Amino acid sequence: MKIALVGNPNSGKTTLFNDLTGSKQFVGNWPGVTVEKKEGQIKNYKDVTIVDLPGIYSLSPYTLEEVISREYLINEKPDLIINIIDGSNMERNLYLTTQVLELGIPTVVACNMMDVVEKNQISIDLNGLSKELGVKILPISASKVEGIDLLIEEVVKENNKPSKELDVYSKDVLDSITKIENIISKETNEFLRFKAIKLFEKDEKIMVGFDKKEILKLVDNFEEKFDDDTESVITTQRYEFITNTLKKYIKKNSKQILHTSDKIDRVVTNRFLALPIFILVMGIVYYVSVTTIGEFVTDWTNEVLFGEIIPPLVTTFLENINASPVLISLIVDGIIAGVGAVLGFVPQMLVLFTFLAILEDCGYMARIAFIMDRIFRKFGLSGKSFIPMMIGTGCSVPAIMASRTIENERDRRMTITTTSFMPCGAKLPVIALIAGALFNNSGWVSNSAYFVGIFSIIASGIILKKTKRFSGDPAPFVMELPAYHLPNIKNVFRSVYERGSSFIKRAGTVILLATIIIWFLSNFGFTEGSFGMVEDLNTSILAALGNIFAPLFAPLGWGQWKATVATVAGLVAKEAVVGTLGVLYGMAEVSEEGVEIWSQLALDFTALSAYSFLLFNLLCAPCFATMGAIKREMNNTGWTIFAISYQTIFAYTISLIFYQIGLFVTTGAFGFWTIVAIALILIYLYLLFRPEPSKKYKTNVNYN
Amino acid sequence: MKTLNEVKIGDSAKVIKLHGEGATKRRIMDMGITKGTDIKVIKVAPLGDPLELNVRGYSLSIRKSDASLIEVE
Repeated sequence: MKIALVGNPNSGKTTLFNDLTGSKQFVGNWPGVTVEKKEGQIKNYKDVTIVDLPGIYSLSPYTLEEVISREYLINEKPDLIINIIDGSNMERNLYLTTQVLELGIPTVVACNMMDVVEKNQISIDLNGLSKELGVKILPISASKVEGIDLLIEEVVKENNKPSKELDVYSKDVLDSITKIENIISKETNEFLRFKAIKLFEKDEKIMVGFDKKEILKLVDNFEEKFDDDTESVITTQRYEFITNTLKKYIKKNSKQILHTSDKIDRVVTNRFLALPIFILVMGIVYYVSVTTIGEFVTDWTNEVLFGEIIPPLVTTFLENINASPVLISLIVDGIIAGVGAVLGFVPQMLVLFTFLAILEDCGYMARIAFIMDRIFRKFGLSGKSFIPMMIGTGCSVPAIMASRTIENERDRRMTITTTSFMPCGAKLPVIALIAGALFNNSGWVSNSAYFVGIFSIIASGIILKKTKRFSGDPAPFVMELPAYHLPNIKNVFRSVYERGSSFIKRAGTVILLATIIIWFLSNFGFTEGSFGMVEDLNTSILAALGNIFAPLFAPLGWGQWKATVATVAGLVAKEAVVGTLGVLYGMAEVSEEGVEIWSQLALDFTALSAYSFLLFNLLCAPCFATMGAIKREMNNTGWTIFAISYQTIFAYTISLIFYQIGLFVTTGAFGFWTIVAIALILIYLYLLFRPEPSKKYKTNVNYN
Repeated sequence: MKTLNEVKIGDSAKVIKLHGEGATKRRIMDMGITKGTDIKVIKVAPLGDPLELNVRGYSLSIRKSDASLIEVE
């Protein structure tokens, strides 16, 4: 038996899903999109599976979540739908119910938050409502796990029938719907009523395969006759039906009680206090997850656990069993380093995800979007993009994973693409190296790195939102501000666990593989005419590749193989740029900021080329761990490649412009590359200031 | 023609007609803003946009530019 769980966002759907399934869950993504898909088994019923559909307000064809839900219901034909509704917000929740019932799939309604309803002194006659709607309605409280057993008993019965036809529409509308039913009954006999109503609303996605002309003629006649569009007519009549029905079954004791949630919001989104409170909350999140616990635990995992504890232990063990040096190197420098690169990010991620889960669960996350929307929407981002950007100054990996909280897929993809422009903690040693070697340790170098990061995000946002890839979905900002409530500890833990484990599983493989490849390239090479393991990085394949690719970076001012190799090594982890340069300049080991090679570096670089090198390393494809996170969150190869290529091309062109124009201004040197730089500037100006292509109100939600 | 973005904070208004088209309009209607609905404007966000409304007993946030598509009494 297959059950689909349908309901509004914030209706307690996730909590109910957890209650119903216990620990028997599988979390993944809907194919090709960034939307999460959860499946599970009903507790104690092995053969009953339940799919948690995305939270939706309607079965309209406009958002990705709605399309996914609709297509699942129509194509997979579940045996039963559990429709969860929020009892303290019946009007809007039943709006979806009226659409679900039209599908003709047997449905059981779970009326949640009955404890809140009681507390607010509202009485709902669920029996009466159930009779009127012709569907079973069971009271539950998902967060207190009340009424769940009765609900399970009801849904596994397998004798639930589709509800009767509801008396929602006026006679004229009903006539038109019947006519459409007759037209399409030639082609199909499935979901006839549902499809006819959607066709009456001129739903393009359902229109495919039917006699479009005849249907549209009928609809146009109706619209002309009643001087209103059919979508409005249907929506209005649905809501009128609900309002009139609820009048009979809901009694509110006192009309004007100010709920706790409203009281909280009077302070939290208050004109004067909202921003200070926001800064305070963000400050706490940042301080704990990035600077204190996060950094301490991450450093410990990276440097102590995977630096001082595990590698020597394993090395000694392998030496004792007489393993070959190649194998030892592969295991210690390749595999363990790779596993360390994956696991090193986990502790910090868990701390951050705990905060995010609490902020989401208690309702503050929606307020963040409310407060920050004004600023971020200008760059094609969501107000909720603030958190990934902020966390990105610590580490891009959890930052990109944090984009999951953004409600709109386009904003989510934009945030994933631009977040790693923020200078993360691992880039600081590179900044310090360049500042120390060529700029007299001047503070403006690191300040400018943050400025460059913010500028790149803003510029990219403006450029990308005008491109075809990101246009299409107009992304209306019409957002519910859910009532505040105490976060549910179980939900928080589950969410943290799921995000953490999905990073390890789905991003981990990429990171591990990439680390091993770089290990191979830097440890093997040709010496004395034979191929084998090399002691000296200078004779490795990586160095040879550096020599081949170095000319590529000549227009950027640093076409030297050492800088090229260091940049490639930076893909493993950005701070590796410093260490690699140290080795290449003949030092066995350098300090974090590479003080030992400052003087040598100053000989090979000019101020211009050094800063250009820094720019490229700040903006180009991030480390493998971040790429893994990008892949995990995009859940789409095309988009992953797009994001990483965009970052690299952006980094290359910006560095080129900076170096060539800088060279021209300081020395007057004018050549081919100066012209290229000027051309690039013109292209960027065009991309930034061209008018936004007229938005067609069509959604880009074909998710294949 | 008076639109929702012109309603004073703390005041209520009744919806007469929704202008605009496509996804935004449908979304606004799906969220319960339909002809004849009473809407109370609760507050404006600290940076001046968007608005917080009370619709059918819950809080909804929409941008002023979208509110200007909602004709009220």
